[in-house]
Amino acid sequence: MSVRHALLALLSEGPKYGLQLREEFEARTGEVWPLNVGQVYTTLQRLERDGLVESDTDSDTDGPQKGFRITKAGQQELAGWLRTPSDIASPPRDELVMKILVALRVPGIDVREVIQVHRRYLVELMQQWTRIKETEAEADLSLALVVDAELFRLDAVVRWLDDADGRIKRAGADLPAQLSPPQARGVSPSLRLRIGVKKR
Amino acid sequence: MSVLEMHGVSRVYGQGAAEVHALTDIDLNVEAGAMVAVMGPSGSGKSTLLTIAGSLEDPTSGEVVIGGAALAKMSRNDKARLRRRTIGFVFQDFNLLPGLTAAENVALPLELDGMSARKARVAGLKALDELGLGARASNFPDQMSGGERQRVAIARALVGDRRLLLADEPSGALDSANGEAVIRLIHAACKRGVAAVVVTHDAQLASWADRVVFLRDGRVTDRTSPPQGPESLLEQEQIR
Repeated sequence: MSVRHALLALLSEGPKYGLQLREEFEARTGEVWPLNVGQVYTTLQRLERDGLVESDTDSDTDGPQKGFRITKAGQQELAGWLRTPSDIASPPRDELVMKILVALRVPGIDVREVIQVHRRYLVELMQQWTRIKETEAEADLSLALVVDAELFRLDAVVRWLDDADGRIKRAGADLPAQLSPPQARGVSPSLRLRIGVKKR
Repeated sequence: MSVLEMHGVSRVYGQGAAEVHALTDIDLNVEAGAMVAVMGPSGSGKSTLLTIAGSLEDPTSGEVVIGGAALAKMSRNDKARLRRRTIGFVFQDFNLLPGLTAAENVALPLELDGMSARKARVAGLKALDELGLGARASNFPDQMSGGERQRVAIARALVGDRRLLLADEPSGALDSANGEAVIRLIHAACKRGVAAVVVTHDAQLASWADRVVFLRDGRVTDRTSPPQGPESLLEQEQIR
């Protein structure tokens, strides 16, 4: 989440004070992401340094009463950011994926039980998000979007676990052989590079 | 008060080498007003659990009690009456009768139970109205969208004074917006005191439930803890 661009977005509506920016940021994101005032001011200082915002030149008004405006360069930066696809193309090194891969090889560990522990935890989290959706998100579009994003993300993880569970079950007695196939060449170097796997 | 109780329920198909244990030693208790989701992969016994809970099939061993009455002690006629009056079923593919209008589909269980056609129609229209489908009353199923058809099926499952709603993948054939609309209706029915068991492999759907039971190879392997309040969620998120 880019605080920098969120502040630029708020300033694109008109000049605002620091404290006001913090309140509006929290309101617009369904109050799911708390932001402290220090973060707001540090970010504003950097934005000003980079010429993306301007502050009141009157040096008497410092602190909470100091107003900020977006510059032309700031508007261009914001428009560019909104149109740039977020960095979600290369899969992160997901700790859960690592855990399942490791659990497959550790003696005495039932990998399907490891899967179930995580599945239950994820569904419990989803129940909590769904309670918010049921009670608070109805009249608040920002919050509804944030809650849905979280639910879809967690749902994807549950689906992956379900799929992994099925694959492991189908492998059955053949599991050890499938874990170390004789002709293992691994992924191609180009794929290795893209998913960030280091060569041994 | 428990609406559905299952005690040590097992179901075995076939004999000898061909024996298949579809369900093993299931204990499940669903109180009035509670929504329980049953999650599990295909072949885990979810649908068998639902047909046994709905008295459509007998367990090989164990006991099913609905509204305080043990199914094992009931005659076929008693069970049929129980299904007409107390239990509502919702299926993935809606199962509406194509030759009947929405209102006629909803009124059908009441008519089958001996209510006059006129009275049944009034009750059917009321059930449709409650789900926001009053305007669709005289439409035939093929004149309605999938989401509307499933809502009609839910009205049919709730019409009269049903206390137990059994749903098998109710949003399986719907997109996420319609799926959510359907689960919200089931959830709202539970708030009015209906007990519901929803079988699904969809975690988003299951997360509406008060409790989630996980089924694997015919056994209950796990259950969720009672849900925490949303506050705990909002506090743990920190911005970078």
